[in-house]
This record gives sequence, C-alpha cells and structure tokens, in this order.
Amino acid sequence: MLKLVRVTKTLGGQQVLRGVDLAVPEGKLTTIIGRSGEGKSVLLKHMIGLLQPDSGEVWVDDVEISRLRGHALNEVRKRFAMLFQGAALFDSLTVFENVAFPLREKLRLKGPEVTNRVEEKLDQVGLTGMGHKFPAELSGGMRKRAGLARALVMQPEIMLFDEPTTGLDPLMAKSIHDLITSMQRKFRFTAVMVSHEIPEIFGISDYVAILKQGKIAAMAEPSEFQRTTDPEIKEFISVGGTVLMHAKASEAKGVS
Amino acid sequence: MKFLEGLGRWALTSVAEMGRMLIFVLSAFGWLARPPFRAIQTVKQLHFIGYKSTFVVVLTATFTGMVLALQGYHTLRKFGSEGLLGAAVAVSMIRELGPVLAALMVTARAGSAMTAEIGIMRITEQIDALDTMAVNPLQYLIAPKLVAGLIGVPLLVAIFDVVGIYGGHVVGVELLGVNAGTYWNSIESAVEWKDVYGGILKSISFGLIISWVCCYKGFFTKMSAEGLGNATTEAVVLSSVLILVWDYFLTALLFNL
Repeated sequence: MLKLVRVTKTLGGQQVLRGVDLAVPEGKLTTIIGRSGEGKSVLLKHMIGLLQPDSGEVWVDDVEISRLRGHALNEVRKRFAMLFQGAALFDSLTVFENVAFPLREKLRLKGPEVTNRVEEKLDQVGLTGMGHKFPAELSGGMRKRAGLARALVMQPEIMLFDEPTTGLDPLMAKSIHDLITSMQRKFRFTAVMVSHEIPEIFGISDYVAILKQGKIAAMAEPSEFQRTTDPEIKEFISVGGTVLMHAKASEAKGVS
Repeated sequence: MKFLEGLGRWALTSVAEMGRMLIFVLSAFGWLARPPFRAIQTVKQLHFIGYKSTFVVVLTATFTGMVLALQGYHTLRKFGSEGLLGAAVAVSMIRELGPVLAALMVTARAGSAMTAEIGIMRITEQIDALDTMAVNPLQYLIAPKLVAGLIGVPLLVAIFDVVGIYGGHVVGVELLGVNAGTYWNSIESAVEWKDVYGGILKSISFGLIISWVCCYKGFFTKMSAEGLGNATTEAVVLSSVLILVWDYFLTALLFNL
C-alpha cells in the first residue's frame, strides 16, 4: 500500500502541497487530477522519493521513505517504475538499449535473456522492429510507448504515470490510455496517474483523486463523482457535461 | 546599508555554492569506489574528452610553438642568444603554455558539451529516470567524466608540449636558420625533471577543474532553455578563470619556493 500522510512541500517560496493525505488502493488505477500548477507532478515525485517533503510521511507498505537515502531508498525504488511526461528516454541509446537498460543495470542480465524480454515488451507496446531506432527518430506517441516498455520490463509492483498523454493528439492519447489500462489489467500493478485529460480519465480509472489548493479535495470511484454536492468539484469535473457519460460508459463496461 | 546587505547575501550564496560543489565532487568520488565500476562509460568519456580533442590541441600547439619561436628568436637575437631558442620554447611550453592552453581548449570543446549534455538530461528528466531505476546518476554519469578528465587532459598536454616544441623547431630551425643541434641540445640542458612533473601536476588539476565545474553546472542547471544556456556559459567562464587563477598559485608553489 502506497500512502501519503500530511505531506507539505514548498518550492521556490510557494507552498505547493499543504498537507496531502492519500491512500492509493493496491492493484488499481488511481488518477490524480487538478489544475495546471497545482503540484500534481510534485506529488507524484514524492511517491518515489525524487522529492522529499518538508513535513509529512510517505509510506510504501511498512517503510517510510521520505527520509531514506542511498541504498535503502534504491531498494524501495526497485518496486517502482515511472513513465515521465516526455518519456525521458536516454538520447544516446537506441530504443532496444533503453528498454534493456534496467535489465542490464539492475538485474545484470546479458545476451538472449535480455533480447527476449526486451522484444516481448516492445511487442506488447506495439513497437515491434523499432528497437534499432534512436529516441530522436520516434514520434511523441512512440516515445511514450518505448518509455512504457522500459518501465514495464522490470515488472514493477507500482507504476507512476506523469501526464502520459501530454503533447499527443486525441487519437494517440486514447491509444496510450488504452495501452496503460490494458497493461494494468494484465499485470495488476498498482498504478498512479497524473493527468488533466478530463473527462477521458473518468472512463479508464478505478479511482479519481482531485488535488485542489495543495490538498486532496476528493477521492472516489468515477461513478460517485456524479453524485457530488460540492459546487467547486462539480464545476471542476463537469467539462462539457461528459463526466457522467464517461463514468456510465465505464460502469457499463465493468471497468470500475 | 543596502550595499552591506547585498555583499553579505552574495557572500552567503557563494559559500553555500562552494559547499554544494565540494559535496558534489566528493560524493562522485565516493561512488567511484563502489561497484559496479563503470569501465565502459569511462572509456567512452575518455574517447570524447581526450581523443576527440586531439585535433584542436595539435592545431593550437603547432601555432603556439611557431609563434613562440618567432617572437623568441627576435628577442634572443638582440642579446646574441639565438642558441637558447629551443630552451625558451620548451620551458615555456612544458611549464605554462602546454597545460594552460590545452586545458582552455578542452574546456571550450569538451567542457561546454559536457555541461550541455548533462543539462539536457536534467531538463528532459533523464537524470530523474536514472534515479527511479535505482541507478545513481553521480556514479553512472559524473564519476566517469571526472576520471576521463583526470586522465585525458594530462595526455593531451603531453601531446601539446611535443607538438609545440616541433612547431618551434619548424620556425626556428627550418625558417630562421637556428642550428638544429643547438635547438635540441639547449632543450636537453634547460628542461629539468621539476618542469615536467610540474606540468603534469598542473594538467591533472586542470583536468579535475574542467570536469568538476562543467558537470556540476550541467547537473544543477535551471529547468529552461535559458537556464541551460546560462549554465553552459558559466561552466566555460568559471572553468577558464579557475584554471588561470589556480595556475598562478600552483606555479608559485612548484617553481618559486
């Protein structure tokens, strides 16, 4: 279980997180939404120890990671993987080498075992035969797919997605969302996604959390948001009145 | 009062920055001692900093030696001491010009590229990605560059010295007519072991300054294109200034005490 307790963070003189409490359900896809600049990515980076809170705690099962450093933190991180906004592929390595990187670095695997696992992951994300290309030769969507393959190759227990569809056209964004949900359903990892893709995320998430003024204002299954009486939350999520439609659609498909 | 406040703020910021720089380099050396040892990364960096800088170093060394011989010949001739041309060129090269000019050329060619490369990796979250994969960026990215600087720059300086002395030979002996035997004999009698190891010591410390400053500036670049541009400029300027300042103090310690 991934849990944040009263997490606060000030960056550049501005208090971004003002006491975030969040318990991420295991084996589910939880999406954190919020306006631009609310600190969604900052929150996500606290979960994997890329940022340390000014106060508060970050728990991964029974380990409090916010004050961990070095080897102890790396041990916890082995359970995680993260897909960054721009995919964060290493420019100097090919797609194959990028996906193979954690296998070679952390598991010390070599030869055909690496090849088999990398090619399997590239197949799963729809990048068959693209291993020889460099990140600069790929489109935005393909880079995200390669980033997803690199994240999944270590079979993480917890996956973090930092705005995975930013900069993509609606069709490509949908295909990335579909890929994320199908992988999550297949491998049953705990997923936390940060997104501003409202209303689409209501159709794919198991839980949605709203980050507002540095706190989690609400967290519930998507279908429950249609019953909210909070006018501010209503205003925030009723983009074109499509929330209800997406939540209903996901209910009908048995997604949530 | 405001002036004093500003001065105090500047002093505090500078001390904090120096402290961060020291922690940065000590941590990187600390990671160097722990497995896995990054031999392939280090060889790649050595290729980049050393081998790829060879052409520009040879070119600079040739013309430095040539102009030194040209200037030196006309000055020495006034005192009837043309025979000391080889010694003048070689001692200047080995003690001062070789280490300093080669280091400045490496700063311009490889140091700026190092800052830009690491800075782009920071901005595009590639360094964060290393962290999330439990790979320490100081060990994977920085330590190999520090080692490559420490090995690569002294080797380039050695090439610079030799090429520069031959550049001086071309002008002094071939063009201006100094006797070849006199040129080489004066070098043999004037150059001492102290000059050579002083030059080597300088070049090792310059290699450390370049990779340290340029890696640090890239690693802590601000998250914007402007920030990266500033970091690259600062890296080149600070490295160059530190090389010249440190050169003075090292010269005072090595040759004048």
